[in-house]
Amino acid sequence: MNEAKLKKLRSISKEIRKDVLRSLTEAGSGHTGGSLGLADVFTVLYFHVLKHKPHKPDWPDRDRLILSIGHVAPVLYVALAHAGYFPKKELQTLRKLDSRLQGHPGRDHGLPGLELSAGSLGQGLSVAVGMALAGKLDHKDFFVYSLHGDGELQEGSIWEAAMSASHHKLDHLIAIVDRNEVQIDGKTSEVMELEPLADKWRAFGWKVFHCNGHDHKEIYNTIQQAKKKEGKPAVILAKTLMGKGVKSIENDHRWHGKPPAKEQLSDFLNQIEENNAI
Amino acid sequence: MQYKSRGRKATKEGFAEGLVELGKKYEDVVALGADITSSVGMEDFAKNYRERFFSMGIAEQNCIGTAAGLALSGKVPVFSTYGVFAGIRTADQVRISLCYNDVHAIIGGAHAGVSVGPDGATHQALEDIAIMRVMPNMTLLSPADATQTKLATMAAYEQCAGPVYVRFGRAPFPDFTNSADAFEVGKAQTLKSGNDITLIATGHLVWEALLAAEQLAGENINARVINMHTIKPIDKEIIIKAARETKAIITAEEHQVHGGLGSAVAEVVVHNHPVPMIFVGMHDRFGESGQPEELMRKYGLTAEGIVSKVKNFYEKNS
Ligand SMILES: [Mg+2]
Repeated sequence: MNEAKLKKLRSISKEIRKDVLRSLTEAGSGHTGGSLGLADVFTVLYFHVLKHKPHKPDWPDRDRLILSIGHVAPVLYVALAHAGYFPKKELQTLRKLDSRLQGHPGRDHGLPGLELSAGSLGQGLSVAVGMALAGKLDHKDFFVYSLHGDGELQEGSIWEAAMSASHHKLDHLIAIVDRNEVQIDGKTSEVMELEPLADKWRAFGWKVFHCNGHDHKEIYNTIQQAKKKEGKPAVILAKTLMGKGVKSIENDHRWHGKPPAKEQLSDFLNQIEENNAI
Repeated sequence: MQYKSRGRKATKEGFAEGLVELGKKYEDVVALGADITSSVGMEDFAKNYRERFFSMGIAEQNCIGTAAGLALSGKVPVFSTYGVFAGIRTADQVRISLCYNDVHAIIGGAHAGVSVGPDGATHQALEDIAIMRVMPNMTLLSPADATQTKLATMAAYEQCAGPVYVRFGRAPFPDFTNSADAFEVGKAQTLKSGNDITLIATGHLVWEALLAAEQLAGENINARVINMHTIKPIDKEIIIKAARETKAIITAEEHQVHGGLGSAVAEVVVHNHPVPMIFVGMHDRFGESGQPEELMRKYGLTAEGIVSKVKNFYEKNS
């Protein structure tokens, strides 16, 4: 990744964070922490990794991105809008009646680019396994990326899916875990310990990678590593900060599920500008 | 009686035949097995279409999610296991991954009812109709015998576009419907006409209802018999007509009366033309071990059980 590209991606992330804050503030409810924390991962995926055609969302050979943690829908919607799937002004309809931008993603509302209706934790990896099996059966070469929260890994169904992905040698399936070490009630280590997390995935037959989830270059290089087909699925444990970009709320689990108040918005937008100076 | 039993055959065999037929006719049909593939009618498909059969282990929640992923990628997945696991354990996956995404996937709910027999309560699905029928977008089929289960399985592919639950049993029961009779999803069948009362039955109880009607004829009660092979979408027209033309409706099912066929019929009756109803089924309790026939008899899920409830009704109302 050259400097120009890197600069471009950073600037996209900054704009994505701002639109996440704007749409959540307008909505008056929703999940700020995780949406900000995943902005860099989403930027790298939608603007440098995914093989996709925003003007042709159903293109059969596209890479699939499954968002298992439906509550961070705002960052997905903003990334899709910035990628050209639908007009950015629609972001202001988030969580409102008749909007295509449901609180948790709902395909029944017809938003282009949305691969899955999801919101009940622990289900997305199974769906990703199904998509990967279909791709294999049809000799397609698309990749399936599946995005998860770390707290979500406490759901048993995740491990059922993990077992089946390695059993069926799905080496075109890449799971990315938002490892911010927090969940609604507090630190994951206090709510329900996940460590040794890498060992768990390895024991289930996965290749494990780590990266700084806010370093675009590192995210991209790690995904390139993970894409090497070696008969095993890959998981990337992306170390992130909940609320990344707004210093005053970073790593504060109380910001998991609330939006900025109207009077906080300009301060938060200023913090994004300062913290992401290019 | 117009219908004759050609002998006993388990409805799961009808499912197995239907599945193999689907595999032969349609390239996009794939199947997911959760370890007990031979006991739920998937063995032949797995043998004939190895590359389209995926062994998923004892992990039903994952099977439903995987089915959703396959369906979202252009396949029509069929996942079958015991109904207690297929439709009850997986309720949340069915709700979100299948139904909210509204994908064309077929769930085979095997081991329906107390006629599962000696395995006992844990393995007898008695709540799956109630749970599956409240899921938006779901189609719920509950065919009467093995012949019709094959047709229903084919129809789940050919006539449906969203998630479908096909319910069938383990033990051999009379096989009596005709393979030439069209199976139309959502259109119940009147197997016998009659204008005194109406027996609406589903699954194994349809044969019992036919026998009951014969016995009732000896008592000068002319019973209409309806095979409600589709629980959802339910055939409102045939129910309303029965409510208008006969003085009572008796539902019969191998399922809890709360939330099952009886409730589904009652919902139509009370909104359109209230008439007295009698519910034959499991009354808020678990099953137990025993031979299928013994259990059906113990819980009144037989022609005799139906007849005695009808006679009670006549005594009270005369
Ligand atoms: Mg977390």
